Amino acid sequence: MEKFTEVRSVAAPLPLINIDTDMIIPKQFLKTIKRSGLGKNLFDEMRYDQYGNEIEDFVLNKAKYKNTSILIAGDNFGCGSSREHAPWALLDFGIRVVISTSYADIFYNNCFKNGILPIILQKKDRDLLMDDALKGSNSILIINLENQEIQRPDGSIITFDVDQFKKKCLLNGLDDIELTMKKFDKIKSFEDSYSNKFPWLGK
Amino acid sequence: MSENKTLYDKIWENHLISEEDDGTSLLYVDRHLVHEVTSPQAFEGLRMSNRKVRSPDKTIAVPDHNVPTTLDREEGISNKESRIQVEALDKNATDFGINYYPVNDIRQGIVHIIGPEQGWTLPGMTIVCGDSHTATHGAFGALAHGIGTSEVEHVLATQTLIQKKSKNMKVEVNGSLGIGVTAKDVTLSIIGQTGTAGGTGHVIEYTGSVISNLSVEGRMTVCNMAIEGGARAGLIAPDQKTFDYIQGRPHAPKGSNWEMAINSWKELFSDAGSKFDKLVVIDGNKIAPVVTWGTSPEDVLPINEIIPNPNDFDVQKKQAVERSLNYMGLFPGQKLEEVKIDTVFIGSCTNGRIEDLREVAKIMDGKKVKEGIRAMIVPGSGLVREQAEEEGIAQKLMEAGFEWRLAGCSMCLAMNPDQLSPQERCAATSNRNFEGRQGRGGRTHLMSPAMAAAAAITGHLTDVRNLI
Repeated sequence: MEKFTEVRSVAAPLPLINIDTDMIIPKQFLKTIKRSGLGKNLFDEMRYDQYGNEIEDFVLNKAKYKNTSILIAGDNFGCGSSREHAPWALLDFGIRVVISTSYADIFYNNCFKNGILPIILQKKDRDLLMDDALKGSNSILIINLENQEIQRPDGSIITFDVDQFKKKCLLNGLDDIELTMKKFDKIKSFEDSYSNKFPWLGK
Repeated sequence: MSENKTLYDKIWENHLISEEDDGTSLLYVDRHLVHEVTSPQAFEGLRMSNRKVRSPDKTIAVPDHNVPTTLDREEGISNKESRIQVEALDKNATDFGINYYPVNDIRQGIVHIIGPEQGWTLPGMTIVCGDSHTATHGAFGALAHGIGTSEVEHVLATQTLIQKKSKNMKVEVNGSLGIGVTAKDVTLSIIGQTGTAGGTGHVIEYTGSVISNLSVEGRMTVCNMAIEGGARAGLIAPDQKTFDYIQGRPHAPKGSNWEMAINSWKELFSDAGSKFDKLVVIDGNKIAPVVTWGTSPEDVLPINEIIPNPNDFDVQKKQAVERSLNYMGLFPGQKLEEVKIDTVFIGSCTNGRIEDLREVAKIMDGKKVKEGIRAMIVPGSGLVREQAEEEGIAQKLMEAGFEWRLAGCSMCLAMNPDQLSPQERCAATSNRNFEGRQGRGGRTHLMSPAMAAAAAITGHLTDVRNLI
């Protein structure tokens, strides 16, 4: 996984609540057996009409937001299916940070596994950033994970909380499996006592 | 931690391998269910790093999401991408030596239907799958939830999952259900009350007389939609009904193991005085047959209500309601019962079991699907289909005008050819009414199998109680 360093970008505003993973990446794109290449179909049904032409009004089709790395979203972002294709599509498009008041549980975890930082803020702070995002081109946000800070275009700072283990993994690009593999002795001894206690579950 | 433990606390503790100071924990996984859509990248990851599946015996795979459900599928899957994905699962299952039910096996079906059907799902377990509706298995008192593909790879390689413990939430449904009111109405009504983020960060335990009076299959319907309420998982304490349902299934414990298992399972309940972080109490007597009207599962109303006005919601929700009414082609004040439908879809991991099909057959009772309505039944597994045929239900439903399909996820998520056209309106027994979920521009109303049958008969959303 790519290390998470400082992100500087215009942020794209998506004020809709309950943006679900079917919106983020519709099911017809789940037939891939790869992780890459999904960016062009991010938000497909909101982004393109039925003939495949870009819908001008949609935020990511506007010139000033086309290269954004940050999304500011309405409450409960990423609800619905467990498809990791949702963060894969965001990442492939270039999104490294999502900012909302809340996320669906599975989506939230999936982001961290792919080098995306989902930030949770109080509504009033999220709304301030939404206003910044609406201003467009010159309205750059700077996301510093190390210090857990967001610098607004006016220079003011909003701080955020993040799980320290997840933060460490993002900053260092750590792979979960590698970390768990180091605990194989523990897993093995757990399995032994476990299968004695619950013999009907098999070895 | 308090001595009085919740059911969730007990299962968590039994599976806890290690815990860091910040609460990051390594949890043992008893059963890992795998399907073709969320697993190829995980198996590819294993191959690239030269890793094996740690516990192939505890890993069960089946293709379900994008298999066709028409009878010609035995000749092969015509959609190239779908075929490649299913063939990838065939190969991965063989190469890694995991339990597998290939597409033309009679036991193939929706992963959350065949897990319980084959006795893989047992009380007290941890069960994961790269699918959010894994919550279904919570009906057995198992901690079951969806995971992403990176986690699928992690579980394949280590048989463990990195987790932080969720909070405990209790949803108590008291009283008893009226005629025509089913498990689906219960679970939709709960989400209508708590909202789609009401359970975020929590594991829900469903309790109360309504829940204990439900059949095991009804309980699966309730837990299935815990995810639509935002919860990580839903749980129901196992009881004699649960044990009776499990006994004798192919992978259920046998002989002395069965006695041992039962004794252990009888400890699986929340202790008196155990602490819940959140409590929701619902009067089951007041639950009516419901339908969804919008594009979020929380947009639920009793069938005899009218479409709400966006102005009656707070600012953020107002915008979402305007958008969804526009998408759904509905207007404020319209009577739900006057909304005409084009299509009926009966199936999915929410409502694709034998009791659901019996319910549909009972409501149809010699009546026909209204002319011009496309009505489709997709049994949840090959064995459900076979049983319905043996019971004579299949024949009756076909005579009533339903298409009788092979097992799969089908039009619940429309990855296979079973899709809605733009603006086609569907009475569906599935679990999500998101924009585009059943096909681009398709309009989904979620409801129970009984309510879907009623809509099939009249051609519009209908109060099933008027047909009983």
